[in-house]
Amino acid sequence: MSWQITEEEVGDRIEKMRRRRPRFIDDRITMAHGAGGKASRALVEGLILPLYDNETLDQLGDAAPLQVGGVRMALTTDAFVVRPIVFPGGTIGELAVNGTVNDLAVSGARPAAMSAALILEEGLTAESLQEQVRAMAGAAERAGVAVTAGDTKVVERGRCDSMYIVTTGIGVIEHDVVLAPTQVRPGDKVLVSGTIGDHGVAILLARGELDIEADVRSDTQSLWPLVDAMISACGAGLHCMRDATRGGVATVLNEIALAAEVGVIIAEDRVPMLPEVIGAGEILGIDPLFVANEGKLVAFVAPEAADAALAAMQSHPAGAKASIIGEVREEPPGRVLSKTAFGGHRMIDMLVGDPLPRIC
Amino acid sequence: MRFVDEFRDPELAGVLGAEITALCEPGREYKIMEVCGGHTHTIYRYGVQDHLPDNIELVHGPGCPVCVIPMGRVDDGVAIAQRDDVILTCFGDMMRIPGGNGSFLDANAAGADIRMVYSPLDALRIARQNPDKQVVFYAIGFETTAPSTALTILRAKQEGITNFSIFCNHVTIIPAIKAILDSPDLRLDAFLGPGHVSTVIGCRPYDFIARQHGKPLVCAGFEPLDLLQSVYMIMKQFKEGRAEVENQYGRVVDWDGNPRALAVMNDVFALRPYFEWRGLGSIAHSALQLSSRYADFDAELRFEVPGVRVADPKACQCGEVLKGVLKPWECKVFGTACTPETPIGTCMVSSEGACAAYYNYGQYAKQRIHLEV
Repeated sequence: MSWQITEEEVGDRIEKMRRRRPRFIDDRITMAHGAGGKASRALVEGLILPLYDNETLDQLGDAAPLQVGGVRMALTTDAFVVRPIVFPGGTIGELAVNGTVNDLAVSGARPAAMSAALILEEGLTAESLQEQVRAMAGAAERAGVAVTAGDTKVVERGRCDSMYIVTTGIGVIEHDVVLAPTQVRPGDKVLVSGTIGDHGVAILLARGELDIEADVRSDTQSLWPLVDAMISACGAGLHCMRDATRGGVATVLNEIALAAEVGVIIAEDRVPMLPEVIGAGEILGIDPLFVANEGKLVAFVAPEAADAALAAMQSHPAGAKASIIGEVREEPPGRVLSKTAFGGHRMIDMLVGDPLPRIC
Repeated sequence: MRFVDEFRDPELAGVLGAEITALCEPGREYKIMEVCGGHTHTIYRYGVQDHLPDNIELVHGPGCPVCVIPMGRVDDGVAIAQRDDVILTCFGDMMRIPGGNGSFLDANAAGADIRMVYSPLDALRIARQNPDKQVVFYAIGFETTAPSTALTILRAKQEGITNFSIFCNHVTIIPAIKAILDSPDLRLDAFLGPGHVSTVIGCRPYDFIARQHGKPLVCAGFEPLDLLQSVYMIMKQFKEGRAEVENQYGRVVDWDGNPRALAVMNDVFALRPYFEWRGLGSIAHSALQLSSRYADFDAELRFEVPGVRVADPKACQCGEVLKGVLKPWECKVFGTACTPETPIGTCMVSSEGACAAYYNYGQYAKQRIHLEV
């Protein structure tokens, strides 16, 4: 054969391509750019980040660190376009508050204040709007944060689907624990705070397009009390956290593996999942590891602090089904592997396709 | 989960793996092609290769229905969808498949109305709900999905729904296997037969593979233990010097197939003289079109389509990969010009394709990684 290249060289080439900042090569935005997988990554890292050219933004943390008058803070913003706006276990209003609260929480920040912008479709009933604002107020109260700034806009019928919400949150970091992918090191244990995939499957079934009925409820909830308990229990043993929203736990694990240049190994049978979620996934061909959560976090914890972290999580209602699902290794850097319940192993890559648009 | 976990038992897998290893002749290499993309998915999803010895290589075949759609046919679909009066419907995995000028996702972004459905009957429902629109179902798949398309046509005719039609890309598996077997540089020893297709066509059509080509074929189910048992049955044939068609998936596949499904297909469809397969080229009598009795429902007759053949890129060596002649990484464009995000050839298009599977998982498939956590 004239093409003299070894399998190892091809492998190295693929790894190099994977780590390169993705390029945005499409002419238009497609639904795939909103699904949280590789296309979303190309949109954010290939098109948006280079234009803002900002080091803090380049970190792509769940929230940006700030320092104001010597006080450490965190800032985050999130948009919510879920369809339908009311679903088993939650509503767009609750999601809009909890989503922003959780981005602050996993950054180690106590949510302090929040703003909300409502984009409303002509024809939306006053009753629906009241219901959603009430849901936001209730969720904010439960999360210990107040909505202290806001805006409303109305667009013509058909220009948005009932309502969209954008929330921004500021949190205060009141401890010395540094939470970042750079803190993650080989030996760390990987924990999840409960059953995965509930939110995405609940939304999918709530759309009623599938003729599948199952009692699956969204897990939307504030994670701050859980995080607070974990910081108290582990201190500096807590290295990094992410809330596993779009793209699911698999995407979070890949992001951390790439950012920290480590390998992540998980055991499939240790990942908590509801039987209904497993069943729906089997029928629809969807892997719950890639399905969105709205009240679950993934934590990377030093091995000596892992048991304390697990105990702290399990003693809290938001983490009752928490589990140690795996650990961090030196090899293979930037990659996530799973030991399958069948006794084999598989690679867990980032999502390429678009199984579930507009889930949050 | 009951009736599922039983087919994923790691201890049974270990036992079967050991028995398969015992059947291997030392120093001999075995290349077994799994024809169906569903099998490829199972192999990677559960790590089936981990239970097999190193000298058994599973080669991924042409049975991924979206991968084999040629780019020109995607362009035809886009051309129909660009009409103001048309709603095009298709299965979800079709949305990303690139044509000569972008995918269905891109067409939607440019203003077309292409909707994902889970069944052709959903497309018919959309036609009922939108009487002022033309609703077209972009039909793809092997004999597995063809009967449901046929039944949908019958239903549309029965109900007198006139704003519904089908853009038919159904293909048949036997001519594709023949094309692979007739290749002079073929390096395959045996086949895992496509279980779902076989529920419809049965096991008899594979006879020639054993009789004329002397290669074993075992119709296999889709759970990981199904695949291991099927490999075991193939290895047993080698050990005993047999080359036969056997049926591992007996709990679903009848030796004679599903006569009712076949009858409906015979009524609704007719064989095309030839059809182009991405990566394999033009294959005679390898695809279905609507028979003259149902020509009213044929979108190719109802709408003008460009019908332009878009050649596979020259550098692409998918054909060789599909025949087991080249390994994915040996292709000249693999991993550089051709990646899962920007696929050139059929094998890279869907995650079930041989090259995409190797790209995503291949480097670690052979390493015995210590995974106790």
